[in-house]
Amino acid sequence: MSVANDQLEDAGLGTFPRLLLHHASVHGGRPATREKDLGIWQTWTWSQVAQEVRALACGLSELGFKRGDNLAVIGDNRPRLYWAMAAAQCLGGVAVPLYQDAVAAEMAFVLQDAEIKFAIVEDQEQVDKMLEIKDQCPTLAHVLYDDPRGLRHYIQSGLQSLEELMAMGRIHDQNQREFIDGEINRGEPGDIAVMLYTSGTTGKPKGVCQTHASFINAAQSGCDFDHLGPDDSILSYLPMAWVGDHLFSYAQALVAGFTINCPESGDTVMTDLREIGPTYYFAPPRVFENLLTTVMIRMEDAGSIKRGMFHYFMDVARRCGAEILDGKPGVSALDRLRYRLGDLLVYGPLRNVLGMSRIRVAYTAGAAIGPDLFRFYRSIGVNLKQLYGSTETCAAVCLQPDGEIKFDSVGKPAPGVEVRIADNGEVLVRGKMLLKEYYKRPADTAEAIDKDGYFHTGDAGFFDEDGHLKIIDRAKDVGKTAGGAMFAPNFIENKLKFFSFIKEAVAFGHGRQVVCAFINIDMGAVGNWAERRNISYSGYTDLAQKPEVYQLIRECIEKANAELALDPMLCASQVHRFLILHKELDPDDDELTRTRKVRRGFVAEKYAVLIEALYSGKATQFIETQVKFEDGRSGMVSADLVIMDAQTHSNAPPQSTKKAA
Amino acid sequence: MMNKRIGEVILSFENISLSFGGVKALTRIGFDVREHEIRAIIGPNGAGKSSMLNVINGVYHPQEGEIVFRGKSRRGMNTYESAKSGIARTFQNIALFKGMSVLDNIMTGRNLKMRSNFLLDALYWGPAQREEIAHRRKVEEIIDFLEIQHIRKTPVGRLAYGLQKRVELGRALAAEPSILLLDEPMAGMNVEEKQDMCRFILDVNDQLGTTIILIEHDMGVVMDISDRVVVLDYGKKIADGTPDEVRANQDVIDAYLGVAH
Repeated sequence: MSVANDQLEDAGLGTFPRLLLHHASVHGGRPATREKDLGIWQTWTWSQVAQEVRALACGLSELGFKRGDNLAVIGDNRPRLYWAMAAAQCLGGVAVPLYQDAVAAEMAFVLQDAEIKFAIVEDQEQVDKMLEIKDQCPTLAHVLYDDPRGLRHYIQSGLQSLEELMAMGRIHDQNQREFIDGEINRGEPGDIAVMLYTSGTTGKPKGVCQTHASFINAAQSGCDFDHLGPDDSILSYLPMAWVGDHLFSYAQALVAGFTINCPESGDTVMTDLREIGPTYYFAPPRVFENLLTTVMIRMEDAGSIKRGMFHYFMDVARRCGAEILDGKPGVSALDRLRYRLGDLLVYGPLRNVLGMSRIRVAYTAGAAIGPDLFRFYRSIGVNLKQLYGSTETCAAVCLQPDGEIKFDSVGKPAPGVEVRIADNGEVLVRGKMLLKEYYKRPADTAEAIDKDGYFHTGDAGFFDEDGHLKIIDRAKDVGKTAGGAMFAPNFIENKLKFFSFIKEAVAFGHGRQVVCAFINIDMGAVGNWAERRNISYSGYTDLAQKPEVYQLIRECIEKANAELALDPMLCASQVHRFLILHKELDPDDDELTRTRKVRRGFVAEKYAVLIEALYSGKATQFIETQVKFEDGRSGMVSADLVIMDAQTHSNAPPQSTKKAA
Repeated sequence: MMNKRIGEVILSFENISLSFGGVKALTRIGFDVREHEIRAIIGPNGAGKSSMLNVINGVYHPQEGEIVFRGKSRRGMNTYESAKSGIARTFQNIALFKGMSVLDNIMTGRNLKMRSNFLLDALYWGPAQREEIAHRRKVEEIIDFLEIQHIRKTPVGRLAYGLQKRVELGRALAAEPSILLLDEPMAGMNVEEKQDMCRFILDVNDQLGTTIILIEHDMGVVMDISDRVVVLDYGKKIADGTPDEVRANQDVIDAYLGVAH
């Protein structure tokens, strides 16, 4: 479908180093990279960046870096680390960015796996890690650091500052200008450009090899899709090892020629965001949520006039803001006028405080985003959208087009991407942005990419009536109810967890007639709610079993059921019966993983009698559970749990569903 | 890894006695401080640690004894002269300007280095402007050094205690002192803040070459970072030496743990 990348390739710009030189010659005077240093934003133009990259590349070459070598890059988002990736690619090498907050032992695996000889790291902290694991990684010969602070007394061999390396490289480049040009010309679009390691939640991390062609293709289709050009700018603050940052801050920046801005430190991101005012922005849902919470807390402390104004205009925005942003018809002239006024008095200043005044396109991905949260940003005029992708697909499978935004879909396939749903519901993807292979793991590669060239994402999803992809769960968790309908536990649980009163939910339904759920209430939110109603309680177990609380949770579940009933694919997933657990699910009791994901199988086994009770129609069930306390002691918690029915709806047209609700 | 360059004695005390009316705060104290070292003063409550620090930077003038600083005797020096001669300090109870930003607070530490006159400053003209920029740069370097960029413009009064302590250290550093006096830099901090502060103290000592005299209650910290320790009890010196020597000293153990009479 898309020929965009081929255009670049035909123009001889099929690799990142060539794109860099192209920008340096076409608009060499424009800003390419900014970094805040000693309180002042420092700018490097494209031609300066090209010089720095040449110096780095020549320096690396002097140290013996060769075509095909892997270069580890470890640190926060620093200009020189981005340049180092380009430098490695100039020489036909492969950049391997690592998560900077990983402990040394975790890094050792990647360094061994990728047979790293050269590592470019940010500072003393990372140097210490390298020195710690040097014995386990015999290939690691050179460690180059950006920030010399604290490293004055380090005398280990192979340790050198980037400053020295670049000084050496500059002399080399001056003497033999043709050397680097020749190396860059030898690079082919089909060469591997970067290797990103998967997080390894399931087994050891795997190195995903991406070529210049695949990343340039993904970047180009994203740039075309959202009309990104040299005038855009982005704040680069997410881990460099993450595919999203590589796409936005490296690939797209080089394809579109826009400016990347590196924050002063991890703690100053919000201030830096405001100072830079990027036009293009990415953040995981968590960040958007924290921002909203901050705004709400500060509004509660504001004077009554300001607070009244805020709430009045936020009501207006909730009513019509998102529609106005999408350019949809059906908004009354009066509401448009109110929204205009609100923009002047509230939304505009609010966007300014959040650093979002200039944002044209903002994306979120990585986790389910709550509808209220999503709508809040859209209603104040921030064009927040969702995308779907993974490391293996250069984070570019589906994007939400402007004006066609739904909070529960991830949008339409990006230009040049083919998406197919397998019989078991798994999302299959084909296109130029697919990985070349898993590094040194042909068996895994063969398993992931089938003979037709489709990559198996492991996610389950389906297309809705507008052709938008909806991701519902990991494919391996998706089951079928006894009636043969699809059952996606995560999707149901996420829907329940969007209610602030529900902290955790575990849904059961595979091979059963109906879906039932365990609920954990959110102690803070429900406790607060109970206090306002003068309901006294002694602790979690007591509060969880209050009839009022059951009623509250029941209302939440019925709301979720009403929404599920609207979707023919998910209608059978409505929760028929539920109970509130007598204890909070806890990683210490092995019920959750350390990243707070429910360990479904373990929970089902541990609470088998409760599941039995849910499906046998009992009204209460006694349970006694051992719990571990933080100090390592353990004790018993017991309770008579109430089991309650929730109202469900038949799959009927929306009108009659509303009546039933 | 570390090749510390501990130099000659730059500050020495002999027979220092200080009393307030009938109360003897210090009795015939004598010890010395070498260039580039971290020298700790420890002791139980009321041992005279803070009085000793106040003697060093000229807040109190001892009735007896002699102080020699860089070869010159200086018993009667006042606080201004002491600051002028390169001695900066922090306080046990934070003494910052609560309503001013972190940046401005640290800038006040540059006061003694400022040369231009009031009129030029008010007009922000010529040399005054150049000077301001130079001072600001120095302050920014300190902000970078102490990793407090994120609170640069925050009023100090709104900061957590641990951060305020760090800002106070920043203000002392702004004077580019050759000797830094720290009065309980880690009091009231949690473990993580203490670790950070230790790292900063070591960095100041190592990278800027500043001599540090510190009072501290946390024995673990003192033993970890100090080169030499002097122990006071009831205004008298009871021990002086390396952390290991002091740790093994019976008088010190008695002073801290009490002794059966």
